[in-house]
Amino acid sequence: MTLAVLQHHLPVLVVLMPLLGGLLVAIIRHPAASWPIAIAAAAASLAGALALSREVAANGVISYALGGFPSELGIEYRVDAVNVLILVVVSFMALATLVFARLSVASEIDEGRQPWFYTMMLVATAGLLGMAVTGDAFNAFVFLEISSLATYTLIALGRDRRALVAAYQYLIVGTIGATFYVIGVGLLYLATGTLNLELIAERLPEVTSPRALLAAEAFILVGIALKLALFPLHAWLPNAYTYAPSAATVLLASTATKVAVYLLARYIFGIFGLHREFGDISGASLLILLSLAAMFLASAAAIFQNDVKRLLAFSSIGQIGYITLGIAIANSDALTGAFLHIANHAVLKGAAFMAIGAILYRCGSERLDDLAGIGRAMPVTGAVLTIAGLALIGVPGTSGFVSKWYLVAGAFDAGKGWLALMIVASSFLAVLYVGRIMEIVWFRPPGRVALAAAEAPGGLLVPMVALATLTVLLGIAAYWPAEMAHSAAEALLGVRP
Amino acid sequence: MTFVETLASEATRYVIVIVMVAGLYTIIARGNLIKKLVGLSLFQSSVYLLYLLPAKIFGGTAPILDDRFEVYSNPLPHVLILTAIVVGIGTLALGLALAIRIKAAYGTIEESEILARDAARAEGKERGA
Repeated sequence: MTLAVLQHHLPVLVVLMPLLGGLLVAIIRHPAASWPIAIAAAAASLAGALALSREVAANGVISYALGGFPSELGIEYRVDAVNVLILVVVSFMALATLVFARLSVASEIDEGRQPWFYTMMLVATAGLLGMAVTGDAFNAFVFLEISSLATYTLIALGRDRRALVAAYQYLIVGTIGATFYVIGVGLLYLATGTLNLELIAERLPEVTSPRALLAAEAFILVGIALKLALFPLHAWLPNAYTYAPSAATVLLASTATKVAVYLLARYIFGIFGLHREFGDISGASLLILLSLAAMFLASAAAIFQNDVKRLLAFSSIGQIGYITLGIAIANSDALTGAFLHIANHAVLKGAAFMAIGAILYRCGSERLDDLAGIGRAMPVTGAVLTIAGLALIGVPGTSGFVSKWYLVAGAFDAGKGWLALMIVASSFLAVLYVGRIMEIVWFRPPGRVALAAAEAPGGLLVPMVALATLTVLLGIAAYWPAEMAHSAAEALLGVRP
Repeated sequence: MTFVETLASEATRYVIVIVMVAGLYTIIARGNLIKKLVGLSLFQSSVYLLYLLPAKIFGGTAPILDDRFEVYSNPLPHVLILTAIVVGIGTLALGLALAIRIKAAYGTIEESEILARDAARAEGKERGA
């Protein structure tokens, strides 16, 4: 009986668990209690997300009316094949990050601030899960701001004073993005009289003013693009990732931008339609252009960075380009590739940033030159970094290969063979920046820092190795994730033009 | 329509746009961290008005079920904006808190000076190494 009730309320419980966990941590505020509570909350959320994914696979879309109001009046949580994938990825990465966080946070954050750090981690996770699960346009804005405010705080907790400036700049840009989004939602509401995404899509054909819709689309898409760091709007990202505490960077890099990408896909496929023309330019070709720019320019910028975290941050902007490229190509294979890359990139970037966090834990430095020969002192950490790097390039046998394979197949399928060529060509830029890290980590004679370092402690190694193993597993046994990503793609394409 | 009503419905629209653009311009053009936040607040406030303007109906009351009233204002935009105001307060408070911390760490809240200090420090490090 109680289990059935829990089952019914799963869509909201997935979000509530980390939110309440965060509150609990903030109220108790005892250094020893924070971590176990955070782990329990994240684990409960992951269990809920997995149960939801089983239910969606068996019974299709789950609609949950918050407070029992019908969807025209109240907020509807709507779980389908698309966002259940995002829920699983976000809650899994949140759990992995929190496991990693215990030692990392203990060494990087003042003891008095540690409970607050865990609170913010949990609240950020709750916000991201809420953005994914909700079927209400305004509710998505509220969750977006919940996760964003928590994220600004997390970044500001970094040790370097530049973390404060990075957090401030992200706050300004992020708020402009969220406000753009809310302007667009307001215009949509004026045009359709509802905030429910399904109902908006239903009533859209009746809207008489195309100009209001165009304005709504522009505001919403630009607002979301700011949050997902789509190229030219990515300027906030490198500093934010570089100066945030290691655990916060892991969470941000593997979840925050991914949820924004999901929201973009939801609006493009569920509401506006991809092939809308703006004068002579179609939305799809614009998105392809920006994605290509990200893949090439951001990856090229990554090659010249001297701070490993900043290097990986630029690589993230480039990798987001692959995901948006898959969305822009918009056939079944390309979208499968995009959603696979959302999951794969979350896992592999999580592993990479964890490895850097472990190096910071042992050596106190993230400068590329200081890492000379670190692979000999920290072989496991070095191996994790290597596996993540190979997956970033897309070497067969790693998860990155599978998602790029689908993207390439999708590009050929759409009759755009030159895009497939671009995907492969841009991977060579990844070879250069990953190769640069590898050369320094493994082949340089150990420097002063590496000689003093020892292998990272078990608490850091376990989550790191788990994610690296998963990166390889997802590359070899790709059937299950590909199936999930494929049904997500089908669900998106089947919705509306 | 009386003059007041015309003014309220037409002029308010222009005011919203002017406030919106003024806010955005302030964020971009000003280097002072506090002034940027003022701009951000203006920008957000204009959106509150954008939602509230169409929700207001002349002669409409609050949505109370009573025989004496027939015309009601739509309560939903008001509720939404109440939420948005709370979010705006949170953002502004966090932004101001960050500005205070930045002032303590850098001794200035001018963006150009902060960047210059970071650059000078990075240069010093290079020379030291």
